[in-house]
Amino acid sequence: MSEKSYSDAYWKANLKVIYICMAIWALVSFGFGIVFRPLLKGIPVGGTDLGFWFAQQGSILVFIALIFFYTWYMNRLDRKFGVDEE
Amino acid sequence: MDQFTLNLIFVGASFALYIGIAIWARAGSTADFYAASRGVNPIVNGAATAADWMSAASFISMAGLIAFVGYGNSSFLMGWTGGYVMLALLLAPYLRKFGRYTVPEFIGDRFYSQTARVVAVICLLVISITYVIGQMTGAGVAFSRFLEVDNLTGLLIAAAVIFAYAVIGGMKGITYTQLAQYIVMIIAYTIPAVFISLQLTGQFLPQIGLFSTHLESGQPLLQTLDQVLVELGFNDYTGQHTSYFNMFLFTMSLMVGTAGLPHVIIRFFTVPKVSDARKSAGWALVFIALLYTVAPAVGAMARLNILTTIYPDGTTAQPISYDERPDWMRNWELTGLLAFEDKNNDGLIQYYNDRDPAFAEIAAERGWEGNEMVTFNQDILVLANPEIAQLPGWVIALIAAGGLAAALSTAAGLLLAISSAISHDLLKSTLTPGISEKAELLAARISMAFAIALATYLGANPPGFAAQVVALAFGLAAATLFPAIMMGIFSTKMNTAGAVSGMVVGLVATCLYIFTYLGWFFIPGTNMLANTPENWFFGISPLSFGAVGAAINFLVAYVVMTQTKEPPAEIQELVESIRIPRGAAGAVDH
Repeated sequence: MSEKSYSDAYWKANLKVIYICMAIWALVSFGFGIVFRPLLKGIPVGGTDLGFWFAQQGSILVFIALIFFYTWYMNRLDRKFGVDEE
Repeated sequence: MDQFTLNLIFVGASFALYIGIAIWARAGSTADFYAASRGVNPIVNGAATAADWMSAASFISMAGLIAFVGYGNSSFLMGWTGGYVMLALLLAPYLRKFGRYTVPEFIGDRFYSQTARVVAVICLLVISITYVIGQMTGAGVAFSRFLEVDNLTGLLIAAAVIFAYAVIGGMKGITYTQLAQYIVMIIAYTIPAVFISLQLTGQFLPQIGLFSTHLESGQPLLQTLDQVLVELGFNDYTGQHTSYFNMFLFTMSLMVGTAGLPHVIIRFFTVPKVSDARKSAGWALVFIALLYTVAPAVGAMARLNILTTIYPDGTTAQPISYDERPDWMRNWELTGLLAFEDKNNDGLIQYYNDRDPAFAEIAAERGWEGNEMVTFNQDILVLANPEIAQLPGWVIALIAAGGLAAALSTAAGLLLAISSAISHDLLKSTLTPGISEKAELLAARISMAFAIALATYLGANPPGFAAQVVALAFGLAAATLFPAIMMGIFSTKMNTAGAVSGMVVGLVATCLYIFTYLGWFFIPGTNMLANTPENWFFGISPLSFGAVGAAINFLVAYVVMTQTKEPPAEIQELVESIRIPRGAAGAVDH
């Protein structure tokens, strides 16, 4: 593979993981925390429902997990494509 | 030892620490001054970012904002944390790879245009100056409340302390003082929260306590809170009382705005590597979450505490009499932030929602003539928390030091963003390009002193729109800088004309929309439409407009780009190189 197509493949792989992470990011906050909250009404959590928990706690915890997952994944990807910093 | 002496010792000791750090971390070069020579450990940078980001508003006001609205204000929690996911995935690593000192410098180089750079400087100055006013007023208020000096004296002390460490230390001094300030803040916030949680639920962690059983009533805490509130004619705490649409847009605006704030972005220029920029954003969010997951618990528990203090035998029984009110209420009445008025002259404190028509009948039956807790400033929730939980005086002193740390750390970060935009983007690259490294460092220090003087002046004479300016700062960061930076990284074809017209249209549209409802330059009475939901365009609140401004920016930039010339080949190569981590170390010197 030429250098150009190599870096294109790296960028494509990066975009793919960004799409996945951003989809989860939107699902837990805008989804579970706001728009889909009525659908989660049936799942009780400490005197309220799962949607409330996601809006005030869960989404933040998932955000942290997403960033660390992305960091770990990208470090692997950087090494795989040989574009990491030595 | 009395409370005043304790406060003085805690605040004095924390200030001595900050200034000691500043002397130790003097800046010797522009690389030190602008980016701490890119030698900051990513975890340290995470803590510094958390202090930089969490302002007096986060520390003092956020729990109260949530307590008095409940679920509807969850937007603040999700919005002010979700922005870090965007920063870590979409901006920070690439900007670090680019290896420059300021946000306008990236925009100017990427869009190969001085015009783009100057437009970005204007956006940065509007965002950061409006934001810093609130920090300076916050510091002044915190000083005057805890150290019993007048507002102006408090403001001048705050300015002198910031001057000491920001002018000497630049980014390097600011980074290490922010680390110390973060530690002071988080300890001060957590201790009273843990005690309140233990008292109400027996749970050590407030995050768990919020969803646990309320010891006194034997049912879940939130259920008790909902019940008590509804019985007094208020909205229930966990219910949805605003439109989903606005909540969605408001959350989005806060997220995009957070990711576009220049004083937060420049913190990621200080780490050694691209992978460190990603990691550092993760740590920043961990440190922020320590406070942000506790805040909703503090809000709900403090609100329930106040209700059960006033109605010790339940809402159907008589409230407490004014003479038997607890000491913390007496103390805070002196500040004017809490006030009672015995409207029906029965000597008891009636606290209920007197605007609720259904409750009016019950109130009439009981001989009540209106809500008698006539003033309750939301900031009291956090400030009086240690007193409500009956904690010792040193915890109150710690809250004083924590509130000041929150205001000072954010102010310093903003002032650095302002001064580097002036010395690096306006002087060095636009007005006097031949200036030497030594002269630029001096210019940076003078700009910093100038920025502190301006912020102090504005803090002493606030233009009377303290609350709204934050909406403007977030709205503009979302509508101008965020889209420009993102397109600069994710599109190789975005050109000068597209980026500049996107930023200008985003800036103008957001200002117009906010001014239409909140008054021209926030001058009361100059608004063209009343700020009520019926008047809002498509029901969009002016506070939620940032996300719409960002969408307009993207759209305009794209349309203009398709009609104008492609960027030159070397710019497209530059974008390709930003996307690859290797070689970031080489970008340090330029």
